[in-house]
Order: sequence, then structure tokens, then C-alpha cells
Amino acid sequence: MNFDFADEAPKLAMLLYGVVAFVAVVGGLLLLLDAVPARLARRREARLAAAVAAGKVIEPGRRRPRDGLFALFFLLPTVLMLGIGLVVPAIRTLVLSFKNGDSTEWVGLRNYGWMFDRPEIVDILVNTALWVLLVPLLATCIGLIYAVLIDRARLEALAKSLIFLPMAISFVGAGIIWKFVYAFRPAEADQIGLLNQVWVWLGGEPQQWLTNSPLNTLLLIVVMIWIQAGFAMVVLSAAIKAIPTDMIEAARIDGVNAWQLFWRITVPGIRPALIVVVVTISIATLKLFDIVRTMTNGNFNTNVIATEMYNQAFRYGQTGQGSALAVVLFVLVIPIVIYQVRNLRRQREV
Amino acid sequence: MTVTTTTPALAGTETQPTTVAGRVRKRLNTRWGTAASILIAIVWTIPTFGLLVSSFRPEDQIKTTGWWTFFSDPQLTLENYEQVLFGRSSSAGQLASYFVNSIVITLPSVLFPLAFAALAAYALAWINFRGRDWIYIGIFTLQIVPLQMALVPLLSFFSQGISVSGVDLLPAWNLDDEQRFIQVWFAHTCFALPLGVFLLHNFVSQLPRDLMEAARVDGATHPKIFRTIVLPLITPALAAYGIFQFLWVWNDLLVALIFAGGGDETAPLTVRLAELAGTRGNEWQRLTAGAFVAIVVPLLVFLSLQRYFVRGLLAGSVKG
Repeated sequence: MNFDFADEAPKLAMLLYGVVAFVAVVGGLLLLLDAVPARLARRREARLAAAVAAGKVIEPGRRRPRDGLFALFFLLPTVLMLGIGLVVPAIRTLVLSFKNGDSTEWVGLRNYGWMFDRPEIVDILVNTALWVLLVPLLATCIGLIYAVLIDRARLEALAKSLIFLPMAISFVGAGIIWKFVYAFRPAEADQIGLLNQVWVWLGGEPQQWLTNSPLNTLLLIVVMIWIQAGFAMVVLSAAIKAIPTDMIEAARIDGVNAWQLFWRITVPGIRPALIVVVVTISIATLKLFDIVRTMTNGNFNTNVIATEMYNQAFRYGQTGQGSALAVVLFVLVIPIVIYQVRNLRRQREV
Repeated sequence: MTVTTTTPALAGTETQPTTVAGRVRKRLNTRWGTAASILIAIVWTIPTFGLLVSSFRPEDQIKTTGWWTFFSDPQLTLENYEQVLFGRSSSAGQLASYFVNSIVITLPSVLFPLAFAALAAYALAWINFRGRDWIYIGIFTLQIVPLQMALVPLLSFFSQGISVSGVDLLPAWNLDDEQRFIQVWFAHTCFALPLGVFLLHNFVSQLPRDLMEAARVDGATHPKIFRTIVLPLITPALAAYGIFQFLWVWNDLLVALIFAGGGDETAPLTVRLAELAGTRGNEWQRLTAGAFVAIVVPLLVFLSLQRYFVRGLLAGSVKG
């Protein structure tokens, strides 16, 4: 046993400070907003009363609503945090990407040129493209098929939970779960990894799945699909249930078969949800970091942009190159988002 | 975003006579459909199940035979858990300490964004002021900034403070040991706010206008309306977003890796697990038990509060 509560006391004290700070900030803010206007109002009344007592003519009150002031204080914490934590750093990252490794000199576009000069970085971009193409496509397809299959089936809730469960598991946990599935033992020993065992049962030689490129990237992609399919399934299932029944009745009178019904009614009916799902998963996949780091640490040709960004900026101290990679990531996200926003707007107009 | 409209249907599925998918399913060969769905469910569940079974098997068994042999030769032990949680050797995991870290990191990282986002969402929905739409659009678009864009400068903000052309505007924070929790909280709060404001704004802005106006006529001020009317009404939304944020923070690796450091004073379970997976990738008795320690809390939260979580998802969440 090596667990002593005394060792943990400083942490718990920090937690206490954290919670006290929370109560002080939020409670204090609300209290301040409650007390100050009330006080001002009382003072104003007193002043008016004094004016009436003195027999002065009171001008019709141009009571300016103090709404702006309230809004300022309600928004202050959010705007402050976003400014310090997101806006200013993002701008600085953009600036840093034009500087050298320790940000002492301007190097122009050299960091961006570096990216396309090195074959391993080109591999990284190819890997990332593979991720962004395959994960949204397959996760959405599986989610959609499953949602259709189990719709109104017995035990629907349980069936949904089973697929949805991986959403709650961290990417690190998922990485370990699947590393175990892919585990390798030499042919003479018993296999402990499920995939190799199945492979051996089918008559194959045990494989080092995670070191064989390019298969290993595909096997990492499987992990992400495993996590995201549940998300796709839940959203699409809700969308499917929202399709009005009279449309199906009409289709049925026209005598369409199941296949046509699926392609002509179901898919168009859930188009907005499909777009949201694909876009959300694409963005999450672009920024993917944890799975690759846990399972192969980017070795054996499995690196992606986000892992390489971390390596450059925080392991090799190449702030400029790391920042440039972050900017590339940002630029890659933009078109996806624009596509989604345009789609949403079109639907609103219809 | 547009999916919001589907939420009522989700609750009221039982009353609907039929749905498209149900009909498609019926017309497809039912036996094949059922077989396919069961197959998918099994494939999805087996990896986690194998991990759970393995974590209770003795070390020599895990390392020499597959977990499925457990069914022909069941042997159970709690030793793996004892080792990874409380083991003395530095290689054993000592996860109990990291478990505490995860809790210390998570609580404030959920509370702060929840409160800040609720305040901001109320202001953006129900207080009239100039530039309101622009601020909302600004916060909304911040969702697309990958947090990788903010990491390097935010870390230097903590370690070196802010100086513009040689003039120090803010001193370095110089946080060490347990104090580094502060920067993890700070980072998580910042990164969570755009999504939080967006989600809660969706709910807050749908509250009935009459209610708000009646309260204003009665002389209630904005803080009062916020506390006594809005907060109770949006509790389900707060729960949805709270669970979201909880899972996100508890499961996060990147932010913790950069802002918490790797030591057992501040690093959460995910960081320690990633480390174990890297350096002791074949100590399966520790990895399986360790992984299960790390996923059991989110799993419990998820299973018990799934309904709210789904609501949060359907409100059109974009996060990553």
C-alpha cells in the first residue's frame, strides 16, 4: 500500500481554493449586480423626494435603461477568458509561425516551406487526409445502418447504449483497449490479442499489426470509427424518427420498395443531420492527437498533423514549425465550417 | 444545430405509429437485418469486454493466454487493481494519486465554464445592448479555432507573463507543483466557453418571451431574473453541458500534458496511462486494470445520465 491521505492534502487544498474562487467570482458578481443598482435606485428616489419637497419641477424622467451595464458584467468573465485564452493566443500563434524555433528572428514563410520539403511531413499530411476521408465516411455509414436496423426493434435502448458507450471512454483508454486487441505474440506462443487469434484461426501468420505501414494507420482509424459511430448513430436515429409519417404513407401508396424508400425518403429527410454529423466528426478527426500518441506515438509512419505539432512545439522546442502546423490545421478546418454554415443557411431559407 | 427540432420526437417515439426506418427495416429481410445489427453490437462491445475480463486475470495468465480462455479456466484476482492503484514501485502506476488529480482538475474545470457560459448566454439572449449580435457571432466562430492554435502562447503567458516590446504588462505566474492546477483550470475554461455559450444560448433564447416581460414589469432586475427564473428553467441544459464538459475534461490528454506537466502532483489519469502504454506497453496486467480505473468514472456518469448527454448532443454540438 502506498497511498497516504497526507500526500494528497495539498491537492485537496487546491481544489478547495478552486471552489472558493468559483463561489467568490460568480456569487460576488451576482451580488454586486444585485446590490449596486438597488442602491442607485434608492439614492435616486431620495433625490427625487428631496426635489419634490423643495417644490422643484421634476423633468419627465429620461430613465436610461442600464441594460448595457448589466450586459457588460454578465459577459465580462466569458469575454475576458476568451480573449486571454483563445483570441490573443491564436493571433500570436499566427505571428510565431513566421518566426524561427525560439521565436527570436523573422523567417518569413520558411516554416511553411519546410513542411513540404520533408518527405516525412508529406507522409503526415497524407495520413491526415486518410483519417479525414475515412473516419467521417465510415463512422457515419455504420451509424446510419445501425440506426435504421435497430429502429423500433426490441431492446432498442440497450442496443443504442452498446454502440454509444465508447463515446464515454477517453481516447487514451480506447487506445489501450485496441492495443490489446492488436497485441502480438510470436507464432509459437498462444496469442493474447483478439485480432491475431482470429487471424491464426483463419490460418494466417501472427502479424505485428501496429508496425506494418500503411496497415497500421488504417487500424488506428478503426479505433476512431469505433468511438464516433455511436455519436453518428444517436443523432441520425433522432433525425429518422422525426421524418413525418404521411410521407411514408404516400410513398407506400406509390408502391416504392424498401431500397427506394431508404434513398428517396429517409436519406433526403435526414440530410441536415447527416451534414452536421459528417462535419462534426471531420473536425474532431482533424484535431486528433490522443489515439496516435497512445498507440504508436507517431512511429512507424502513423503520424498526423496534431501529433507532429505537439512534437515540434513542445518536445523539440521548434515553436515556429509547431505554430505553422497549428495554422495549417486551422486553415484545413475553415472550408469544412464554411460548408456547414452555408448549408444551414440554405435550410433556414427553404 | 438544425437537429434541435428532433428532440421532441425522440421523447415521443412510442406514440408514433411507425417511422421510415422501421418500415425499411421491416421490408428488408428481417433476419439478415437483425443478424447484422447483432454483429455490429458484438464487434463494438467485445474490445471493452475483453479489457474488463483481462483486468481481473492473474498476471501470468494475461501474458500467456488470450482472455477468452477465461471461460474454460476462470481465475479471478484483484491484485492487478491493488498494484496499479497503490503499488509501491514507481513502475506500478500509483494511479490512486493520479485519480485524485483527475478529480481536482475536473471539478473547477466544469463549474467555471458552466457558470460563465450561463451568464453570457443569458446576456446574449435577453439583454438588449448594442453589438449583441456581433459578440454572439464572434463567440460562435471561436468554436472553429483548434485549441492547438492557442497552446504555445497560452503556456508562455503562464511561464513568462505578457510583455509588449520589452514592457512587462503582466508578470509571470511562476506556478509550480500543485499550483499548476490553476493553469489547467484556466485552459479548460477558456477552451470550453465557445461551445458552452452556444449550447446554452440555444436553450435560454427559447424560453417564453412573456415570462421574461412579466418579470421585468414586476420590477425584477436582470440578476434576479437570471437567478430565480432562468437558472431553474435551464437546469436540463446545464446538466447536458455539464456532462459534456465533464467527459471532455476527464478524458482530455493534450491540455493536461501541456499545462499539468507529467508529475504525480498534477497530472491526471490519462497522462499517466499514456505514459504506461508507452514505456511499459507489454505489462498488460497493469495496462488493463489501469485503463479500467480511468474509464470507470466517465462510464458511470455516462450510463446514469445518458439521457441528458444525448440532449446535449442533439442541440448540435461541435467540439474536439
